[in-house]
Amino acid sequence: MRKLTSATAVAVSILAFGASAVSAEKLTIGLASEPTSLDPHFHNLGPNNAMSVHIFDRLIAQDEKQRLSPGLAVSWEPIDELTWEFKLREGVKFHDGSDFTADDVVCTMARAPDVPNSPSGYGTYLKGKEVVKIDDYTVHFKTAAPYPLMGNDISTIPVISEVGCEATTEDFNAGTATIGTGPFKFQSYTPGESIVLVRNDDYWGDAPIWSEVEFRPITSGPSRVASLLAGDVDMISGVPTTDITTLQGNDGIQLSQGVSNRVIYLHMDQFREDSPFVKANGGGDIKNPLMDVRVRKAISMAINRDAIVERVMEGVALPAGQLLPEGFFGVSDNLDVVAYDPDGAKALLAEAGYPDGFEMTIHGPNDRYINDAKIAEAIAQMLTRVGIKTAVETMPRSVYFGRASKGSPEGLPEFSFILVGWGAGSGEASSPLKSLIHTHDKDAGFGSSNRGRHSDAETDALIEEALRTVDDAKRQELLAAATERAIENVAIIPTHFQVNTWAAKKGLSYIPRTDEYTLATGVVKE
Amino acid sequence: MTVFVIRRLLQAMLVVFLMSVIVFFGVNIVGDPVYMLVSPDADQADIEAAIRRLGLDRPIWEQYWLFLKGAAQGDLGDSFVFGEPALKLILHHMPATMELAFSALFLAIVIGIPLGLYAGLYPDSPLSKGVMAGSILGFSLPTFWVGLMLIMLFAVELRWVPATGRGDIGSFLGIHSSLFTLDGLSHIFLPALNLALLKISLAIRLTRAGVREAMGQDYVKYARAKGLSTRRIILVHVMKNIMIPVVTVMGLEFGSLIGFSVVTESIFAWPGMGKLLIDAILQLDRPVVVAYLMIIVLFFVLINLIVDILYSILDPRVRLQDQGA
Repeated sequence: MRKLTSATAVAVSILAFGASAVSAEKLTIGLASEPTSLDPHFHNLGPNNAMSVHIFDRLIAQDEKQRLSPGLAVSWEPIDELTWEFKLREGVKFHDGSDFTADDVVCTMARAPDVPNSPSGYGTYLKGKEVVKIDDYTVHFKTAAPYPLMGNDISTIPVISEVGCEATTEDFNAGTATIGTGPFKFQSYTPGESIVLVRNDDYWGDAPIWSEVEFRPITSGPSRVASLLAGDVDMISGVPTTDITTLQGNDGIQLSQGVSNRVIYLHMDQFREDSPFVKANGGGDIKNPLMDVRVRKAISMAINRDAIVERVMEGVALPAGQLLPEGFFGVSDNLDVVAYDPDGAKALLAEAGYPDGFEMTIHGPNDRYINDAKIAEAIAQMLTRVGIKTAVETMPRSVYFGRASKGSPEGLPEFSFILVGWGAGSGEASSPLKSLIHTHDKDAGFGSSNRGRHSDAETDALIEEALRTVDDAKRQELLAAATERAIENVAIIPTHFQVNTWAAKKGLSYIPRTDEYTLATGVVKE
Repeated sequence: MTVFVIRRLLQAMLVVFLMSVIVFFGVNIVGDPVYMLVSPDADQADIEAAIRRLGLDRPIWEQYWLFLKGAAQGDLGDSFVFGEPALKLILHHMPATMELAFSALFLAIVIGIPLGLYAGLYPDSPLSKGVMAGSILGFSLPTFWVGLMLIMLFAVELRWVPATGRGDIGSFLGIHSSLFTLDGLSHIFLPALNLALLKISLAIRLTRAGVREAMGQDYVKYARAKGLSTRRIILVHVMKNIMIPVVTVMGLEFGSLIGFSVVTESIFAWPGMGKLLIDAILQLDRPVVVAYLMIIVLFFVLINLIVDILYSILDPRVRLQDQGA
């Protein structure tokens, strides 16, 4: 019997060498944040989207740098000003064996924006789009105005089968409706405990090397690191910056790092003559100096971004000079990181009429971004050095974002000078430009997170034109121009881009993703 | 007895109602859950739709009235984050917390009482002094620190048990619990020990004090004179007398084991109610926080009642009827 077993093992290993993809290997991943559901249309949230990528393909996939690539659609292109034609991949089967066709796409697009009890749905990406089935493998997306970001928007929508379209969120969590076309199939889901997926051997793309993947939410940072060290899990996401040096010295551990699409930046009150947290020296009232572009420029020059990266972030970040790191669609080649120049900042302040500076308060969250409270403290010290005496007030994100968005008695942003971050979900520059820089315009849906209420007609015009321009090269130029103008006007002050760290046991490494997703398909053997 | 129980139940309902007022308004004036829930890509119209859907556009007293109406029918509201009834979520996470709390209580009793008994009977032996010194550590070291140290020692260095998570679930007599599998026991050992440390120390000190006091009492001398064996004196007569404070305190502490296992559950990624609560607080999932606190209030009230009844069994001098008023 024993002989037989070892003979089988040899045979299996020979087979495995022949086709390296076919092996029975289990991967366990410790996640920093847990999905709130396995219903891919329930909650538009990073951890949920990352999990659903395993089970549900999109029509258009986003690679590790968020560049678009064919998913369930083999091609997508505008056939006239108002219509995009998607050609679907043929011969793809759902996990239950049924064929993938245009009907599944149509019902997916109908369900995605409209899930009962959804805290935050996908309607944002499907607004103003009508989907029409042309034949079994062709669909048209129609819009009322030319719309260039069709590919980016559609790449956010997980495609479910017609069975799923009839199902409730509970059916998805129970696994009965969790039927996609993705590289992994549903195995089990115990909220708070584990999500287990198994390989889809009939996958249309490259079959994953892992036969089974278990995700375990371990939200406490030190415990996550300890679980990796103890061998409970093979890989973890969200390594705390304080543990990075220790883990680097550990021979059994392999770190993988990559810059994210998240910029950390400062918003300045640019809409109130009398800003609540800006005072003259000694506490008297003062006409809001942040309205003056020279003052904003001086603040930017007074911030030592290298020091923030080196000391506060322990080297795990990149200094930022614009809204997205290089390599993303729509970034400008002409923008450098603003150099640290305290003397220049003082001179500019004097020129603007504040030779002795003024007083203000920086507000920020203390549990949202990596080292957020420490960054706010560092910035306050740097500003105090050039004469702007800056106090620091940080608070939990659950309190912070509400107040920062509409905390004043009139329902306007409450603070004068705030630290925030923005991750470009679409993976290109229109996302931050539209939401952070464009004039706050409720009816058009622009400037929804413009908490400084910066407003510049020319920048707005550039952004709006970019959002109408279907030609990629032209749009790239327009977005870069809008970014340059916004930075020139110091609409916001970018400080750094977050770098994310994953840690795996020796022999494994992770292909870092700009969207911060942790995907089993990105875990490779060395 | 019946009158007493009924009266206590009425009092309990009043307490629960008052707590609902405090909890609901307390939780609802802090922060803004909408910005925790909506995707950053959402525009102003999406945000307003979310506010309406969660019912947060209504005035707070109307929200409270709706909550009360629902609560009277056993519906404590839907979780903002999961979209499911908060009560269902909590009940779903309750078994994990219960098995953790029972395991911790079990450890506290089987480790704490014998050690305390020994320390009380032989107060001058070096071992007793060691036990008493150790119990001071149990009181004073912070739970999260001890938890991490336990993980570092037993899971990372020695690799005896897993660091985090809950093990396989077994079933016995229709009860499903991870206590019935070896894998489950190896997972629960560290969190249970971590949660029990404070209670072990408490049990040691209470038992020791009780034994030292009882050993000098007349009834012990009388029993000795009567010729009873030391064994019988201690295990029957002394134990029965010193158990009253121990049962009271342990009963009350059981409530706190359930209610405040938050830290232990977070460190050991234990999928219980405490972890659910801390996540709900961080994300401002108000219905879950309110429902959780209401359930904990109910627990404390019930446990107090049970302790009172146990009293009367242990100590015939206590008459329940006399206490009610």
